[in-house]
Formats: sequence, structure tokens, C-alpha cells
Amino acid sequence: MIKNKAKLYWKENIRYVLILMFIWFIVSFGAGIIFKDALNEFKMGGFKLGFWFAQQGSMYVFVILIFVYVHLMNKLDKKYGYDE
Amino acid sequence: MVMMNSFLVAGIGVQNWTYILVGITFTLYIGIAIWSRAGSTKEFYVAGGGVSPLANGMATAADWMSAASFISMAGIISFSGYDGAVYLMGWTGGYVLLALLLAPYLRKFGKFTVPDFIGDRYYSNAARLVGVICALIVSFTYVAGQMRGVGLVFSRFLEVDINTGVIIGMIIVLFYAVLGGMKGITYTQVAQYCVLIFAFMVPAIFISIQMTGNPIPQLGFGSQLADGSGTYLLDKLDGLSTDLGFAEYTEGSKSLIDIFAITLALMVGTAGLPHVIVRFFTVKRVKDARKSAGIALLLIAILYTTAPAVAVFARTNMIETVSNKPYSTMPEWFKKWETTGLITFTDKNNDGLIQYVANKDKNELVVDNDIMVLANPEIAKLPDWVIALVAAGALAAALSTAAGLLLVISASVSHDLIKKMINPKISDKNELVAARLSAVVAVCVAGYFGINPPGFVAATVALAFGLAAASFFPAIILGIFYKKMNKEGAISGMVIGILSMLFYMTKFKFGWFGGGTQADWWFGISPEGFGTVAMLLNFVVSIVIMKFTPEPPKSVQDLVENIRIPSNAGEATH
Repeated sequence: MIKNKAKLYWKENIRYVLILMFIWFIVSFGAGIIFKDALNEFKMGGFKLGFWFAQQGSMYVFVILIFVYVHLMNKLDKKYGYDE
Repeated sequence: MVMMNSFLVAGIGVQNWTYILVGITFTLYIGIAIWSRAGSTKEFYVAGGGVSPLANGMATAADWMSAASFISMAGIISFSGYDGAVYLMGWTGGYVLLALLLAPYLRKFGKFTVPDFIGDRYYSNAARLVGVICALIVSFTYVAGQMRGVGLVFSRFLEVDINTGVIIGMIIVLFYAVLGGMKGITYTQVAQYCVLIFAFMVPAIFISIQMTGNPIPQLGFGSQLADGSGTYLLDKLDGLSTDLGFAEYTEGSKSLIDIFAITLALMVGTAGLPHVIVRFFTVKRVKDARKSAGIALLLIAILYTTAPAVAVFARTNMIETVSNKPYSTMPEWFKKWETTGLITFTDKNNDGLIQYVANKDKNELVVDNDIMVLANPEIAKLPDWVIALVAAGALAAALSTAAGLLLVISASVSHDLIKKMINPKISDKNELVAARLSAVVAVCVAGYFGINPPGFVAATVALAFGLAAASFFPAIILGIFYKKMNKEGAISGMVIGILSMLFYMTKFKFGWFGGGTQADWWFGISPEGFGTVAMLLNFVVSIVIMKFTPEPPKSVQDLVENIRIPSNAGEATH
């Protein structure tokens, strides 16, 4: 039973990590690097969008991702009684 | 010393301000060190394990942001435009990896060092030894650059010899690292974070207002110019750059695959650096480890999102000031930095004008990267105290990183080598003595390299990331996420990873093994980006070898299941 609980907890954790890592990849390697030229066709104020993702946007998203993860995991810990 | 004298004459005000600010901050650091002396090995290695997430986040940020982040990064971006994004994304994206994949589990594991984890998880002292060697290689290459940075700042701003500067820096670090260990370092780093971020932001905000009227630099460099022309700053800089034959600022010139590889190597390397990882051993609970990774990145991002703005302001200012202007009309700061050798002008066509262009044969002006941050306040005509503040900030950045690295080195020797491998019966008291002694030796070695920098230091600091990416990162990730990973796989992965990185680096940086030029790079990937390839190689080798060797013992598999559960993290133990 305890083993099963730990397994379910781990599975949910991995799911969160995969989703967040996907976003991590998309904003930095995707928007900031691979699709930079295409995104540069669009402008946001004085910024070309691809350039902005590479030098600003990706970093903002990184910070948000960690805090989202903190929030999700705190909730998950509570759900499984692993919080302290 | 001629150059230094001209400095003194040029700015009595700046000098005095610098003495005052540096004096106050150094007194503060020493005061904190005396207040927070370490009394046990636990305090020495992990600050007693009771650091709050906020304090740990601040300390991690200061630990992380080195002289390179503070002084050089904005300048490098300034000269490389879009390509500078590799450092911005690379040195921040790694924290996402740390927070999601490493920090919580390593905290739960609850030991003192990274080789501790490697040694226990892979149930072998051979693995531990490989871990120690990797930690020492990575940390020493990194710390030598920091001591040099301390010496440079002292010599440029305080008119002392570089070597004297290094020695002053050594004494300060020696004092609080040896006395306070991780505990002393943590609380001095909290103070150092405040000093360095204030010192970085003040000039950036001033200049942003001057150029665009927007007090937030992150928005300022995407705004229109304050001159009422309605032109966006970045459009103007793109125009100036192409006029002079450079690539468009927002486009860059590196190949896509190299940008990709360097960014990934820096991210993974960041997550594998022992002095960063060890910071997460100092908090109380697993949830604190996650949270403090978030706080650390937030605090780091304040500087990292400002740096590209500073880069754009400085580059535009510089081009406008010098391009096609008569040499005789250059402002005071130009002459001043010329005497330090950081700006050099040779009038190739003897027309008295400064031609600053991409074409190497026609270009007459060479500007060092570091100028962009160090001279920026002067270029923008900011008050003397702001210029002095930059010196204090640069010192805070260099000292805090040096101290964090020295601690990793001393813990590797006293804990991983002496306690875990040579003399397990050593008492806590004696281990603490050993830790302090190895810190002293490490400071002296670092100081030696600071005074006699081997030519390769500058080249290898960036490569320390490649080495960390190639060795630790896969071993730790597999150790947490792949229960069946065994010692044979992990050890061969680490050895192959770090050797292939060393091979590629020495081949293309120092010309060993037949050398080679950019045209010979494998897949078009530079040595800086090769950490990505070496890391993948490590993963592949580890998994293949594992398939042909015995499973890890049941106790180790249970350990892995245990570190995946956040509760009952307990205190860090031997």
C-alpha cells in the first residue's frame, strides 16, 4: 500500500516535470533559437519577438516555471501526506 | 604604473569614494564572518542545515554570479548581439533543471557533498574518487579566474598592483571562509548579493532614463529614443551595426547548431556545478530546496535581464561617441581607459578620425569587453559614487563566488578524501581542523594562479561548464531517475564524458592531438558547446554498460525510492 502510494506520487511528479520541461524547451530552444527567425517577423514594441524570447522572455518564463513547480509539488505533497 | 597614476589624477573623487565603499563592504563581510563562525563540521559544510529559503536563494545568487557575470557578460553581449543569448539562457535555464530534477532529491539524500552522493548512490569508492577529481578540476579552473578578477578590480579602481589586489582578496576570503565555513559564507553572500545587485542596477537605471526616458532597463531597450525622433533604440542599433559592416545586432552570426549546443551545455553545466548544488544541502526541508531554487533564479534574473539592456545602451553610446569622430575630440573616459590598455586606437589611414568597422584591415579601434560595465557610468557621466559602487559590486561578485568554490574544494579533501576514504575514524573536531587547513591550502593555490595566471584560465572558465555537464549531470540524473543504473555504467559514463570533453577542449583550444580550426569542428560545434555532445556520450555509455553488468544491490534501489519521497528529509548527516 505504502509502496503503491509512493509510486503514484512519483508518477504525478514525473508528469508535472515533463510538462514544465516541455515549456522550458519551447521558450528557450524553440522560440529563442530554432524559430527565432520566423518570430522576428513580429514585433513587440521595439523588440523583434525571437530576439526578445532569447534575451528576455525565456528568462521570465524560467522563473515562473520554478514557482509553478513549487506550488504544484506543495499541493501534491499535501495530497499524499508527504508534506511537513 | 603610469596608467594608474593618470587614474588617480583623473578622479580624486572616485578614488575616495571607492576606498569608502570598499572599506565599508569589507568590514561588513568580516563582521558577519566573526558573528557566524562554524563550530562543527556540519556548520562548516552545510551551515548547520537550517538556512531559510530566502537567505539560501540570495546566497546562491551571489555564489553563482561571478566576476564574469558582473563585469564581462554585458560587454560580451554588447559585442555579439543576439549570440549573447547563449549566456543569458544558458546560465539561467540551468536553474529550472536544478529545481525540477536535482535539488529536491539531493536535499532529501541529505549528505554534505556531491561526491558523497556519487559514492553512496553508486556504492563504490571508485565512483566517489572520480567525483572528487571532477569536482576539483571544475572548481580549480573556475576559482583561479575569480582571484584574477579581484586583482583586476583592485588595480583598476584603487591604484594598487594586481598582485597586491589578489593578496588582499585572498586574505579577506581566507578570513571568512576558513573561520565561518559554509555558515560564514552563506551570510556574507547574502550581504554580497545586496551590494552587487544595487551596484549593477543603479547605473543601468540612470542610463536607461537618459537614453529612453524609461526607468526600467528591461523595457527601456525596447523603447523609443528619448530624443523625440520616434526611432526604436534597437532599430537604431541594427542600423548603426550594418552601416559599419557588422551583423545586425538582433541577428547575430553564430550557426544555429552551435547556439543550440552552447546554450544546452551551459544549462546542464550550471546544474552540474558542485558549488551550486551544495547550496541546496543547506536548507531544512525538501520543499525549501525547491523554493530557494526559485528565489535564487528570480534574484539572478534581475541582473541577467538587465545585462542585455546595458549591452544595447553601451554599444549605441559607444558607436555614437567614437565612430568617424576625430580622435582629438574624444572625451576624458576614452583617454583614461586607453591608458589602461582596454581601449586601443591605431590611426591606420592617418585621417585623424576613428574608424570603427567590422573589416579587420580597416578597423582602428579595439575595445575590451569589460569596458562596457566598468566604464559605462563614466561614459554616461554619472556621479563619482556610482562609479565607485561598480567597483564594490564587482568585488562582491568575485569574492562570493571564490568563497563558494573554495568551500567545495576544502570539503572534497577533508570530507570525501580524508573522512570517507583515508581515515573514516577521524573525530568531528579533527575533521573540522582538516577542513580549515584544506581551505587555507586551496586559497593559497587559487591565489598562486591569480598571480601567475596560466594562459588557459580565461579559456577554461567557460569550459568548466562543459566539464560539469559531461561528468556530474548525467550521473546524478540517472542516479535519481533510473533506479537500475549501476556503478559500472555511471563510472564509465563519467570517465568517458570528462575525457572526451578534455580531449575536444585541448585539441581545439591548445592545439593538442593535431589541433584544428573552426572548419574542423565536429558537427560545427565549438569547444564551448561540446559539453552537450560529451554529456550525451556519457548518457549513452552509462546505459549501454549498465545493460551488460549486474543490477545495483537492493539497498541502493531502496535508497533511490527513498529520495523520491520528500518527507522526513531529516538533517544532513555523515
